Amino acid sequence: MILTAALGLPMLGALALAVSSRWTETAARRCAIAVSVLPVLLLIWAWRQFDPQGALFQFVEEVPWVPSLGMGYRLGVDGIALAVATMSALVFSASIAYPVDTKHQPRQYYAWMLFLQSVSLGVFLALDLLLFYVFFDLSLVGMFFLIGRWGHGQAQLAAFKFFLYTFCGSLLLLLAIIGLYLSVEPHTFDMRVLIEQQPLAGAGMTAALVFLALMLGFAIKTPMVPVHTWLPQAHVDAPGPVSAILAGVLLKMGTYGIIRIPFAMMAETFSRHALVIALFAVASILYGAFVALGQRNLKRRIAYTSINHMGYTVLGIAVAGALIQDTGYARELALVGATVEMVAHGLITGALFLICGSFWQRTEEYDLDSYGGLLRQAPWLTAFAVLASFASLGLPGLAGFVAEFHIFAGTFGVYPWLAVIGVLGILVTAALFLQMLQKVFFGAMPERWAQFEDLRPIEWGVLAVLSAGFVIIGVAPAFLLTLVEASATLLVGGR
Amino acid sequence: MPIGDVLPEISLTLGAVAIVLFASFVRQRQHHWAAVLALLAIGLGAGLTVAQWGGAPRLTFADVWALDGVALASKLVVLVAGALVVAMSPEWMRTDRRHGEYYALVLFALLGVIMMASASDTMELVLGVLLSSVASYPLAAYHRGWAPALEAGMKYFLIGALTNALLTIGVVVLFGLTGSTGYPDIAQALATDSDRLALTIATACVVLGLTFKLAAFPAHAWMPDVAQGSPVPSAAFLTVIPKIGAAVALARFVSLLPPDVAWRAIVASISVATMTLGNVAALRQTDVRRLLGWSSVSQSGYALMAIVVLGISDQALPALVFFLASYAIANLAAFAVVTHLRGRTALDDYRGLARHAPIAATILIVSLLSLVGIPPLVGFFGKLMLFRVTLEGGYAWLALVAVINTVVSLFYYLRIVAPMMFGSRQSAVHLLSGQWARSAMAVAGVLLIAGGLGAEALSLFTGSIRFAL
Repeated sequence: MILTAALGLPMLGALALAVSSRWTETAARRCAIAVSVLPVLLLIWAWRQFDPQGALFQFVEEVPWVPSLGMGYRLGVDGIALAVATMSALVFSASIAYPVDTKHQPRQYYAWMLFLQSVSLGVFLALDLLLFYVFFDLSLVGMFFLIGRWGHGQAQLAAFKFFLYTFCGSLLLLLAIIGLYLSVEPHTFDMRVLIEQQPLAGAGMTAALVFLALMLGFAIKTPMVPVHTWLPQAHVDAPGPVSAILAGVLLKMGTYGIIRIPFAMMAETFSRHALVIALFAVASILYGAFVALGQRNLKRRIAYTSINHMGYTVLGIAVAGALIQDTGYARELALVGATVEMVAHGLITGALFLICGSFWQRTEEYDLDSYGGLLRQAPWLTAFAVLASFASLGLPGLAGFVAEFHIFAGTFGVYPWLAVIGVLGILVTAALFLQMLQKVFFGAMPERWAQFEDLRPIEWGVLAVLSAGFVIIGVAPAFLLTLVEASATLLVGGR
Repeated sequence: MPIGDVLPEISLTLGAVAIVLFASFVRQRQHHWAAVLALLAIGLGAGLTVAQWGGAPRLTFADVWALDGVALASKLVVLVAGALVVAMSPEWMRTDRRHGEYYALVLFALLGVIMMASASDTMELVLGVLLSSVASYPLAAYHRGWAPALEAGMKYFLIGALTNALLTIGVVVLFGLTGSTGYPDIAQALATDSDRLALTIATACVVLGLTFKLAAFPAHAWMPDVAQGSPVPSAAFLTVIPKIGAAVALARFVSLLPPDVAWRAIVASISVATMTLGNVAALRQTDVRRLLGWSSVSQSGYALMAIVVLGISDQALPALVFFLASYAIANLAAFAVVTHLRGRTALDDYRGLARHAPIAATILIVSLLSLVGIPPLVGFFGKLMLFRVTLEGGYAWLALVAVINTVVSLFYYLRIVAPMMFGSRQSAVHLLSGQWARSAMAVAGVLLIAGGLGAEALSLFTGSIRFAL
């Protein structure tokens, strides 16, 4: 019941906000914040109960939904899902609490945010392929309305592009899911059965097609080069907190999906194509980093670093799936790294996009060149931006480092030359973040920002929580690593 | 004579006769009671249909009338859809001088559609097609003083006359070829060697005749005009209900054909042409009703996918009926909203609707999302079953074409959704006063969600249906 409560409570909150029109702005906001914190607490509680020595999936709940189709309301988590879901819930609470211009529709804004929190958690908690797809698609609907209604610039265009592009991916996913469903007798959407039976092992062409459709669907969502082109515009035109969710949570659905479905259910096919995936991942790493370096727009720059970071994650997964002899430990390291990268990227980039939101609220300007010398004017803002940037570029002692260290250590064991190329990405990331900090916070301050306000208490409070998250993971990652390793060992077949 | 086997049809006929008499003797102001009569007749028919449920599939009346799961299930879908159409009409028709007779025509058209779905004999099929056509032409042109309605009715009539003639020619050729009009005899005669050229001509004519009722390529051209110009309740009827009967009739007919007629390839190419044409034509529409008309064309293309894999996948017929039911609910919900909004049709008039008429806007958005196939709405399960049988039948390319088309369709559905949600308006929104259209809209909206969450019930209901033959 913990998991149902975690995704059901925000949905109830969203309904409560949606049906009555008598909410005032403050009441709606308070209610939304309170409701959004509940899943975080519930998932932390589940985390404490989770048994690392136990079965792969725990807290399993099962209610038949359409039994004649083999579909059920099945929930359950392994360490990977639990870690990502907890991070997602936290990023949602932070984004909901972050102040934003709700354009005179606070009730609707908070209702959509809670709705999106519920369905996003559903994606990570589902143990049924079709249920997974249901939540996966609903997250697009929520995101479409949030970007279109509360975005700025060409918000509607960005929302259209986002919905159409990613819906294309999710329909491919649907075909692949049906392919998996038809390959197992009796037909079922139960993930546990599919993981156990590996139904498409040795199925030749069918397996290859299903795998291609799955990977394309998830690559669009992740996004990987060359199907990343929806991302920059969606990010730039979305309001800050929504960008934080888009980068922090929705992108994870792609990589989490890769771990859960092709990686776990089609291990043999995955291993055959692991090298290709790893190559695409390295391409994303380098492309994301270099294009980010070329951006003059603050938000666009951070958006492109997401492509770079998701590239690390995919590299870790690809390495973990390469069934090369005697590399078990390296592969496990890579998978742990990929998961930690998901958690770390969610917290760090979430914080960075919230900071972008603060910039927009104050100045409606993203051009890096128009800023300068804000250190004196806004020390708190500077402090958090510097901390998050350093975490993002992988400074030791912060979460990004733990993740990237694991991923590259694992990659060295399996594809050493790819690791060497991939590390270049970290160098470029460092350069681009340092340059960004220098342009915005140091040097001479233009006259027009003389009235620039520093962070308000609610803003720095939220940022402090997220920063605490990635600092703790950086300093004492054991609590996260034990949880993730338990499942990673099982998934790469080490136990 | 086994009169008991056609009791639902008899109740519809008697209801229609009663309504005609009622409308002749009662003052126009009281004609909305004819809607109640129609609902009673439909309810009685549905009840009698349910009573027939559960028996073994069989043919009756000297094998011209099928009494199998497919016929019964589609009959129920048709009746429920018909009830929704009747329920959304009274306020729209209130000012029409011939208000009462409208419901009699609806019942006759329903009867024709039911005959199409149940016909197990080519003459019976022609009869069903003609009855539903003859009753539908006046429905399309019911506002005879309004030029667009007349134009729509005329277009509908001309295309209908042509294709009905083709259908009859096909039936005659088939009769000459096999010496019979009954499906069992035809199937038997075709199994042995027969003239393949004549059979191909007959098949082409019959399929063309049915594409008219399906609004599938190449006889789809009436659909956008009817959707735009006819009275909105009539448009709701004509975009949804004839399709159900025609799809089942087509499935029944092609299942008789020997495999070397290549009917799978024919149906598959019609399917691809229909869905692509409908979607591409809908892309740039600025008129919501016309857009819904084109979308309805494209939905016929999806439905045909299930017919392509008939006999390869044992779930093809359940998928067909499930999809038709889900489509019917969603499209009727959309048209019920348009009726409730007094038929407003320009896309610009929908700007900012979400704030001024939130319930209507919500139901319209949900129905459009259901037409796209967003879970967990009922349309999602319809599409899921279609994709499933298509993949199972080895037509992965067809499923892929449908996927691409679905993405395209999302674009134009969002073109209606976006201004409603993101736009703003100054002027007031005019709604139909009264509870009929509002209730029909609410019921359809609830069915959209309940049908998705309760997909198991629908799926059990259609799960084991098959043809008697």
